[in-house]
Amino acid sequence: MSTIVSIQNLCKTYDSGHQALKNINLDIKAGEIIALLGPNGAGKTTLISTICGIVTPTSGTVTVGGFDNIKQYRKTRSMIGLVPQELTLGAFEQVANTLAFSRGLFGKKPNPDYIEKLLKQLSLWDKKDSPLMRLSGGMKRRVLIGKALSHQPDILFLDEPTAGVDVELRKDMWHLVSELRESGVTIILTTHYIEEAEEIADRVGVINNGELLLVEEKTDLMQKLGSKELSIELRQAITTIPDSLSNYDLRLSADGTRLIYSYDVKSERTGITKLLQLINSAGLQLKDLHTSQSSLEEIFVNLVQQDKKPVEKAS
Amino acid sequence: MNWQAISVIYKSEMLRTRNTLLQSIASPVISTCLYFVVFGSAIGSRIQTVGDIDGQGGVSYGVFIVPGLMMLSLLTQSISNASFGIYFPKFTGTIYEILSAPISFLEVIIGFVGAAATKSLIIGTIILITASFFVDLKIAHPLWMLSFFILTCVTFSLFGFIIGMWADNFEKLQLIPLLVITPLVFLGGSFYTIDMLPPLWQKISLLNPVLYLISGFRWSFFEISDVNHATSLLMVLAFLFICLGIVWWMFRSGYKLRQ
Repeated sequence: MSTIVSIQNLCKTYDSGHQALKNINLDIKAGEIIALLGPNGAGKTTLISTICGIVTPTSGTVTVGGFDNIKQYRKTRSMIGLVPQELTLGAFEQVANTLAFSRGLFGKKPNPDYIEKLLKQLSLWDKKDSPLMRLSGGMKRRVLIGKALSHQPDILFLDEPTAGVDVELRKDMWHLVSELRESGVTIILTTHYIEEAEEIADRVGVINNGELLLVEEKTDLMQKLGSKELSIELRQAITTIPDSLSNYDLRLSADGTRLIYSYDVKSERTGITKLLQLINSAGLQLKDLHTSQSSLEEIFVNLVQQDKKPVEKAS
Repeated sequence: MNWQAISVIYKSEMLRTRNTLLQSIASPVISTCLYFVVFGSAIGSRIQTVGDIDGQGGVSYGVFIVPGLMMLSLLTQSISNASFGIYFPKFTGTIYEILSAPISFLEVIIGFVGAAATKSLIIGTIILITASFFVDLKIAHPLWMLSFFILTCVTFSLFGFIIGMWADNFEKLQLIPLLVITPLVFLGGSFYTIDMLPPLWQKISLLNPVLYLISGFRWSFFEISDVNHATSLLMVLAFLFICLGIVWWMFRSGYKLRQ
């Protein structure tokens, strides 16, 4: 896949002195879904806003489709659709009109057929003549997506698209995102919800304190950084772990019926066969076995905590 | 040029007027009628003529106040329409859409200021028509009148746009129109010629830029003016270019728009 957005040495320091972006380098491939994870104030929105032209970078460059986003802003912005984090909509405009307005802003001629198709796709067709102030929060979120898609962009930025929406709407949005990807749209989303990234993203970037800590294929990331756990259920509860198992990284559950073994999926030998033999030799009877892999959320929390440690030490 | 963007901004702003038709159109008509009742009939009936130069006879007070009344509405409406037009997207946050769209600052200005100036032109025309029901109006220099009319609407819409960009709350939005513009218009000869004032106040009045606008506009109607009409035109043009320069700088620097 070719690179559609290229970010080189991007820095942003606000007038207040706050350094929101620190030397960000990132290439986004055409047609992919990339999720940017990060806690509040990490710099996710600043990064998106800088690419879209809302925030002026202090240094560094952003190219979109090979065009510089400042010098050739007309070309870059025409390719981008942005769904902001806040429900920023007028009050009195009608739904269909506000989509037509957005389309016109991007220099596209009116196309009522496309607007109708879009409204139907977003389940908003029956609300096309409603004033925006009469819509529910979920519907307003859909309208924002409709506005961003009204000019048929190649790249869609979704800044926390499912913040504060119910589970059903969240699933609808995921469905819409996968449909858009199938039509060739590149999607960059920021989110707090790890499950969202886990569900729909191809690649995951973790951003904290204005730094891009990593960008990895989602599956690679989970494999690379994730540890697995083997849970061994015993027929009878025990009070202590037998001495013969002391070489293993084992934990005993509170009720004494489960031994939990953490192991690294990257290592060639996991030691599971030998462990099971030793458990058998120790006279413990097995009831059940199952494994689980750490979620993206745990990986994310670990990364952010590791990133905090040098700061804490310095302070 | 992104003509589509200019067109949608312009139409959306004009639609806002249509949605608030009573407030936008009926209000200036009613206030004009009130001014005519109070100043034209009640007070004006006790004033013989105004602007009697070299004994050639002036005009009745009711006729005399028409250009001033129009200017009063043009200035306040142009400023309020344009300032609200750009302030509201800032207030609601929808400005992000304009900032992330492929539009130049010139196109944004043409859209917003063009719509605000058009509304003022409509209101000015309505006032002129309303006034013609009360008094017998004649325009001595229609082209000059039209030039002053359009230039004032555009210039003060630009000024309103600057106020809307500068304001970060509703109080600031009202501050300049209420505390600066309204007094300047009332003290700029809307309802009198400055030769009615004591000599000291005549000199002080010459420092009021609005006096030049009203004077030039009035000259185009009755050839009665406090200052030369060419000077008036130059003043409007100077103010227009100052406003254009400030707006250009605001967009260039991203003042209160781009961080």
